[in-house]
Amino acid sequence: MTLLGLHLVLTLLWAMATGSLGLVNLFVGFVVGGGVLHFAGPALGDPRYGIRALRIVGLTLFFFRELIVSSVRVAIDVLRPRLTMTPALIAVPLDLKHDAAITLLANMVSLTPGTLSIDVAEDRSCLYVHAMYGEDPDAVRRSIKHDFERRIQEVFR
Amino acid sequence: MSAILAGTLLLLGAFFVLVSAIGILRFPDLYMRMHGATKAGTLGAGLILLGASVLFGTLAVTVKAMTVFVFLLLTAPVAAHVLGRAAHHDDVPKWDRTGVDELEGRYDRGNPEHDGPAGMTPKG
Repeated sequence: MTLLGLHLVLTLLWAMATGSLGLVNLFVGFVVGGGVLHFAGPALGDPRYGIRALRIVGLTLFFFRELIVSSVRVAIDVLRPRLTMTPALIAVPLDLKHDAAITLLANMVSLTPGTLSIDVAEDRSCLYVHAMYGEDPDAVRRSIKHDFERRIQEVFR
Repeated sequence: MSAILAGTLLLLGAFFVLVSAIGILRFPDLYMRMHGATKAGTLGAGLILLGASVLFGTLAVTVKAMTVFVFLLLTAPVAAHVLGRAAHHDDVPKWDRTGVDELEGRYDRGNPEHDGPAGMTPKG
């Protein structure tokens, strides 16, 4: 993860060297910096950094898509005359090991509407989640594990 | 052109903040209300901040808006998490239509050694 900090420094250096702090130029700097780090990766102890950087971007984009989709869903239900959902508190088994990765997962779960992380088991074996649409606990488990946890795991590996 | 885009973003953001305020009023129990409260801070405030940075179009405003958004993303879930956890700890009543509660009975109350709930496979 320390290479990510270096990546941001490289992006800023690119912006300073080219003399423009515009968003487009920052993006170009990010891409160039990612390419440099990808080829310098083996010497810096992370041979696959370029791929991981792409996955970090992918995770961010996925998170915003999920945020919009589920916000709209919750908004529709708030405005409906009758509340028809079945909330539930669900234990989601965790494969993540790092505390930082679990924190990231819990925060993303909380930020996407419809799910709220309540607590983490003491032995880090599962995350307890309050789901607004908990009719099918297995579906909630599957979507958190498949959508969020898998992507976070790929970033942290 | 950018004024129209900024106006649309501001209106959309205001709409989501309004919806979450209605949600806080309408939802039946604390957990459901937390769903409403945290999400206002993300999509609603995010759209309003995006609208503000489009409207001004200067780097200073954009950087400030992005900083505000990052801090919202960092702090909102932590507050929601702590409130939800405290509520479950203190047996705040749940809506009667709530389905399964897999957290029920996992806390070892009265034992200061154990701060969190037990995991999936309770150790013997």
